[in-house]
Amino acid sequence: MITNMKRTVSAVAIAISMTFISACGSTNSGSGLTGTIKIDGSSTVFPITQAVVENFNYANRDVRIPVGVAGTGGGMKKFINGEIDICNASRPITDSEKETAKKNGIEYVEFKVAYDGISVVVNKSNNWINNISTEDLKKVWEPNSKIKKWSDLNPSYPNAEIKLYGPGMDSGTTEYFTEVINGQKMAIRKDYTPSEDDNVLIQGVRGEKYSMGYFGYAFYYENKDDLKVLGISSPNNAVVGPSFDTIKNGTYKPLGRPLFIYVNKKSMEQECIKEFLKYYFEGSKEHITEVGYVPLDDYSAEIAKIK
Amino acid sequence: MKDNIRYRKIKNKMFHIFILAITCLAILVLFVLVWDMLSKGLKTLDWQFLTSYPSMFAKKAGILPALVGSIYIILLTILFAVPVGLATAVYLEEYAKDNGFTRFIKINISNLSGTPSIVFGLLGLAIFVKFFGLGRSVIAGALTMALVVLPTVIVSSQEALKAVPQYLRHGSFAMGATKWQTIRKIVIPSALPGVLTGVILAISRALGESAPLLIVGAFSYVAFLPKDIFDSFMTLPIQIYLWIGQPKAEFREIASTGIIVLLILLLGINSIAIFLRNKYQKNID
Amino acid sequence: MSKKQNKEGLILSPRTARMKLSDTIAKNIFLFCAMISVFATIGIVLSLVIDSSGFFGKVSLKDFLTGTEWTPLFADPRFGVLPLVAGTVVITVISAIISLPVGLLTAVYLSEYAPHKVRTIIKPFIEILAGIPSIVYGFFALTWITPILQKLMPQTEIFNALSAGIAVGIMTIPLVSSLSEDALRAVPDSLRQGALALGATKLEMSMGVVVKAAISGIAASFVLAISRAIGETMIVTIAAGARPNFTLNPLQSVQTMTAFIVQVSQGDNPQGSVGFYSLFAVGLLLFVITLGLNIISNKIVKKYRYEL
Repeated sequence: MITNMKRTVSAVAIAISMTFISACGSTNSGSGLTGTIKIDGSSTVFPITQAVVENFNYANRDVRIPVGVAGTGGGMKKFINGEIDICNASRPITDSEKETAKKNGIEYVEFKVAYDGISVVVNKSNNWINNISTEDLKKVWEPNSKIKKWSDLNPSYPNAEIKLYGPGMDSGTTEYFTEVINGQKMAIRKDYTPSEDDNVLIQGVRGEKYSMGYFGYAFYYENKDDLKVLGISSPNNAVVGPSFDTIKNGTYKPLGRPLFIYVNKKSMEQECIKEFLKYYFEGSKEHITEVGYVPLDDYSAEIAKIK
Repeated sequence: MKDNIRYRKIKNKMFHIFILAITCLAILVLFVLVWDMLSKGLKTLDWQFLTSYPSMFAKKAGILPALVGSIYIILLTILFAVPVGLATAVYLEEYAKDNGFTRFIKINISNLSGTPSIVFGLLGLAIFVKFFGLGRSVIAGALTMALVVLPTVIVSSQEALKAVPQYLRHGSFAMGATKWQTIRKIVIPSALPGVLTGVILAISRALGESAPLLIVGAFSYVAFLPKDIFDSFMTLPIQIYLWIGQPKAEFREIASTGIIVLLILLLGINSIAIFLRNKYQKNID
Repeated sequence: MSKKQNKEGLILSPRTARMKLSDTIAKNIFLFCAMISVFATIGIVLSLVIDSSGFFGKVSLKDFLTGTEWTPLFADPRFGVLPLVAGTVVITVISAIISLPVGLLTAVYLSEYAPHKVRTIIKPFIEILAGIPSIVYGFFALTWITPILQKLMPQTEIFNALSAGIAVGIMTIPLVSSLSEDALRAVPDSLRQGALALGATKLEMSMGVVVKAAISGIAASFVLAISRAIGETMIVTIAAGARPNFTLNPLQSVQTMTAFIVQVSQGDNPQGSVGFYSLFAVGLLLFVITLGLNIISNKIVKKYRYEL
């Protein structure tokens, strides 16, 4: 009785371990590259990095690349602490971050990766609005904003409460948006739904009729059928909506901006990271356009930085 | 008088029908849930799904790292939880006297089993990830999950030990064995099937738990298999959670496919438990 | 060779002495393992208290417990936890409205009314409901319950408390049902026979006599279900929303204590940051609430247990 059970138990255990070991061992490495590359940071840049990692892994299965989305701010904190190798960033490194990195002995290289245009979106069913001015945007998003309903902004707009969605306090997108629209970094009203996960924002705007949100262009692009993007007008510029061309030629103002990755210099000495970066800049133009951002015309300057 | 009886009888009948309906309603919800999952997710369930890595394209995406990660974590969890749980149960059933100290331990265990699993996640984050410096790794996750399932293992081991007939112990003592010898050679082997059932219940619980591992693990994109216990990991429920968060409808579909895989795994494990329990029942009868 | 002596002064052979030694070692190992569960509790309390102390160094307990704005990560932070508590309470109440009556009535049916065959068929299904992971319920809430609610009541937000509350309620039905059923079955048959002999209908007997007799176990199951609902994480994270909202309107997006913990833990929280501390402050509050409920549940069982 007991020996029978022992046999069944060992058989099951062996079966499980074998499936596990075989799954572990069956890595089609292709190349012989191994190593670990820790990446974290901006959720805006994440789709690019994810596409690159996915394709890089087809040829280099043994290079393990976990990617997190703690937001540019969260990623930077880890990066200047030496906890990760590469930081996705949707805004340049700040002076205080530079200082902390220096204090911690972390040297880094900045790479420009693509261009983005932060897109302001509303629910698809709203056909009473096509554009919004930067002044109106400021009225809605500034700290202690008095705007609760659309009609507060403009009496001809519906008498309905605006539901707001946007990235949170760790987001480079929020930092850039607030600086450009509200005039001060991170100055923003408190009663919106903040999330570093852009998918939450997309779901929110898509599901709420009178909602508004802002995030990187790629997220609008991927969900064009479900969202409506607003053209932006500012004091010196006519209405312009985000698109591949307007972002590329710089006419999408003021919400157009470059996207970066920051790489730890010490990590860059590793073979796997060098190869990864080479792939990032040589092979990624199509990935970037596929995802919805605008690649640089020429990456040779960036490739030259890889040492 | 007669009317009153009739009225009460009618009320009785109505009540009977009412609670039968409610019970069936509860079960109906179960069927709706399962049907919903199957209708959304069954068509993407294939070998490719089971052996692929996650991808930004729903069609290419698969749950291999999640499945392997789950198995890895569970094996380690059992490795930690079962010896400690069984030892605790042995202490409580075979050695402990009925005093305040023992009651204190029992209260502790009962409190632990009532604590929300997310609090264990916080404990794991503070102690295993930060204080012990294990980072967001497989071993930190497994240690956390071991604590989550520990009360389950203890309680079912206690039941199994209680079920061992006293005459077995007495017979052993009569032959001059010490307590430890008796426990080691007689009591534990007899209780093993019951303990095993408890282990399987613990596995079942650990498979479905996402909250503690979300706190301890927290990665968005893990497209590799963990190479050692200090590596990052992905588990089945967390991968499903990440897919649910994606706005595209195709990801909802593969989320339900992932759920189907999870439910099949749970069904399989619980069936083994029921089978073993019945076998054990036959053996002692 | 010196001979060991046991308590009574009898001389032991070396082999027996070895056996006794291994006995003692074994016992102490087991005792140590038993203490691990105690260490775990101590660990939980310590980590929660120590890591929240950083929080309460900056924020007064009064502001924390009575403030109605929860924006700890913003530039001008507010630390009133009431919005999170409100979110938790709304969802818990909704889930209780579903799970307590349905669970109890199902238990009454299975214990008092159902023929044996029916019972053996139905019980496994209820147990299966209990075994389904909460993430499946979360998915169900978001993709099935919420669309239906939006059709019925168009002002329902995409993330809302009602949908999550319903799912949590369904998930906790088996908990109430099986614990209540155990309590009902423990009531001695003599009470049933007595009631029937006095002319009661089955309804009067089961609800008027048996349920009353089992009330301590039933109440305990209620409290446990509520405790479980409060601690529920995945369903509310997926379906209820991420916006701390001090409201009782179930059609709105809310954030519960557990959902907040998940949200903040996904980012980076270096030790010493306000984010890290707020995580543990909320965790401590959650722990205290569920601990309190568990203690109440135990007391109820002891105090109101029907003794023949």
